[in-house]
Amino acid sequence: MEAYIRGIGNISPQHSWDNILFPGEVVRYEGNRLKCIEPDYKAYIKPIQMRRMGRILKMGVSAAGKCLRDASVDMPDAIIMGTGLGMQSDTEKFLTAILDNDEKFLTPTSFIQSTHNTVGAHIAVMLKCNKYNFTYVNDNLSFEGALLDSMMRLSDDPSEKILLAGIDEITDSYFTITKNAGFWKEDIPDNLGLLNHAGSGSIAGEGASFFIVTGEAHPDNYARFAGIDSFYKPESDKEIDDFITAFLAKRNLSLDDIDLVITGINGDPGWDSGYFRLQDTLFKGKTLAYYKHLCGEYYTSSSFASWLAAGILKTQSCPEAILLNNSKVNKPLRNILIYNHLRNTNHALILLSAC
Amino acid sequence: MTRIVVTGMGMITAIGKDTGENLESLKSRRHGIGPLSLLDTIHKDELLAAEIKLTNDELAAMSGIADGERYTRTSLLGLIAASQAYESGIAKYGKTDNTKTAVVSTTTVGGMDKTEKHYRDFLESSKYSHFVYTHDCSDSTRQICDHLGIRHINSTLSTACSSSINAILIAAKMIKHGLADRIIAGGTDALSKFTLNGFNTLMILDKEHCRPLDASRTGLNLGEGAAYIVLESEASAKKDNKEIFCEISGYANANDAYHQTASSPDGYGPYLAMKEALEVSGLKPSQIDYINAHGTGTDNNDLTEGLAIEKIFAPDIPPVSSTKPYTGHTLAAAGVVDAIYSILSIQQQLIFPNLNFSKKIEELSFEPVRELKQAKVDHVLTNSFGFGGNDSSLVLSKY
Repeated sequence: MEAYIRGIGNISPQHSWDNILFPGEVVRYEGNRLKCIEPDYKAYIKPIQMRRMGRILKMGVSAAGKCLRDASVDMPDAIIMGTGLGMQSDTEKFLTAILDNDEKFLTPTSFIQSTHNTVGAHIAVMLKCNKYNFTYVNDNLSFEGALLDSMMRLSDDPSEKILLAGIDEITDSYFTITKNAGFWKEDIPDNLGLLNHAGSGSIAGEGASFFIVTGEAHPDNYARFAGIDSFYKPESDKEIDDFITAFLAKRNLSLDDIDLVITGINGDPGWDSGYFRLQDTLFKGKTLAYYKHLCGEYYTSSSFASWLAAGILKTQSCPEAILLNNSKVNKPLRNILIYNHLRNTNHALILLSAC
Repeated sequence: MTRIVVTGMGMITAIGKDTGENLESLKSRRHGIGPLSLLDTIHKDELLAAEIKLTNDELAAMSGIADGERYTRTSLLGLIAASQAYESGIAKYGKTDNTKTAVVSTTTVGGMDKTEKHYRDFLESSKYSHFVYTHDCSDSTRQICDHLGIRHINSTLSTACSSSINAILIAAKMIKHGLADRIIAGGTDALSKFTLNGFNTLMILDKEHCRPLDASRTGLNLGEGAAYIVLESEASAKKDNKEIFCEISGYANANDAYHQTASSPDGYGPYLAMKEALEVSGLKPSQIDYINAHGTGTDNNDLTEGLAIEKIFAPDIPPVSSTKPYTGHTLAAAGVVDAIYSILSIQQQLIFPNLNFSKKIEELSFEPVRELKQAKVDHVLTNSFGFGGNDSSLVLSKY
């Protein structure tokens, strides 16, 4: 199963809209929350529509538009979204109205928009796309579910062009709620010092990473998704090692073939220890990277990592800002492994390879 | 071509705590619609719903869990139904090596029952923060995995009211692609103030018992429940000498691409879903013996679904009924609730009645089945349509 990346549309806390890997400096954020740098939506959304759309919908629709243009695709054969929280802002709006007014004087707009599949549905209406339309909502495996679905479809019909995405937003309320729950680091000076802060928690983030994927080779392809798998609640270090080795073996690869490992290190010492153990064992000698200091921690952050990996493979250059411990990058870069887990519960591997 | 079969099923709805109880209710016209007594809402006296009359503690006890208050109601319902499915299709045969057993679950409200209770607390302190982790849709999936000891692939999707039929669709594909040997697929949704008020503001809740496919229909009744089935390849089921309940012969998902909540006037999305599901099954429309309609009872759904059925089946429209007057609309669970009723229909050679019908919809040529009917049922088509124009159909066949 393979999925070539033909088009990209990316909104993140970094300057990713123009799809260049961090032109100039990476963006520094004070504190523990990273927000997306939003593009000028007017090129993708009519003003009359814009008024009725929440922020995540605007991000999704415009990133989808950019992605389709990039791939020169007018009508995708499927729309497959991954989102951890879905329409959090509209959900909060409707919930707050219920609580504030004791279930009275409610209007339906925010309820209608609160459905998890709203972004994919809205894109379908805008494109008049009657095709397959799925939304995966599965913790840090939300994008992975969408990717797996896409790869199965392309294995059945390589000619399809699928709009695949990972999208999440962090609202003010959800930030407060998760801050109270201890998700985020207290008193961290800035995102770039993520690994220098010993306290528990991570930094909050968000993003919209859209891809057009197809089973067909083409000179304009960026890279290809060559594998995806997940594993739930490993009971030992050995199980993790075996999972990674077996994943590669199934694709006739070994760790020797992996030129870069992008880890989901998020600054929380408790959860990061698993990655650092691998650094000294299975991944010893590998070029290691991390990315959550650039986009923050969020459920579909692996879609940002996938965008990053696609750019690295396409340009054959790796931004210094993601490298761990001054690792050296060997070229050519052929295979990049993304390994991410959330709270040691759902572990996921995504393999991207050069075309 | 790998054939996908169903070897296990489990469910809990307002008309029964398991599949057997549901069947008995269906046969005896015993519905679950009535006043709300457990959900804390100002609409208690004004709106009817198909509420499962068991507290969270009682639900927890059914799963052998001590402290029901720590679980969301959505997860508790899911655990009960998924465990039954697991027992009937896997554990009963002693096949509890779960190395290649996956879970594909769905929900629309997730942990909203706890979130709406503690939202203010969430914003102020960490006192109820453990429910922050149970808010999103994946919590019930993880609870099921933990409860059944499954650590292979898990997936959760949410496509509004068509969610769980889509779980079957993707689970069937995963088996065909060799990603799992057995998959427990389904959906779960508890009643919440959030959904009750949401549908109420849309003015699509019937204040009385709903009347699907009837000219006088004015809306739906919400319900709660969970339903899961075990899917596997025919070869795998045969190898383990399992009883095969039915074959999943066709499935399709299409998008109406018309409006976030309303169907297109001619039901183009529903038409596409049914047409493509039939194509996948290789069956002719005339081979379908029964259609278990989405049939929510809203003006818009029933008319457009009816028109789409006519476009495919007219003039020989097979028996059609909606079982929503029994269970209410159980949202993410609805697709698999209906799928299990379709399986029961095949097993029992029975067509379940569409309660509360009195007058044909003027624009349609057909009336739903009013009485329990013994009939040859080899192939059933069942529909689930949802917000966002998400339309799915499933064809289930006698094995």
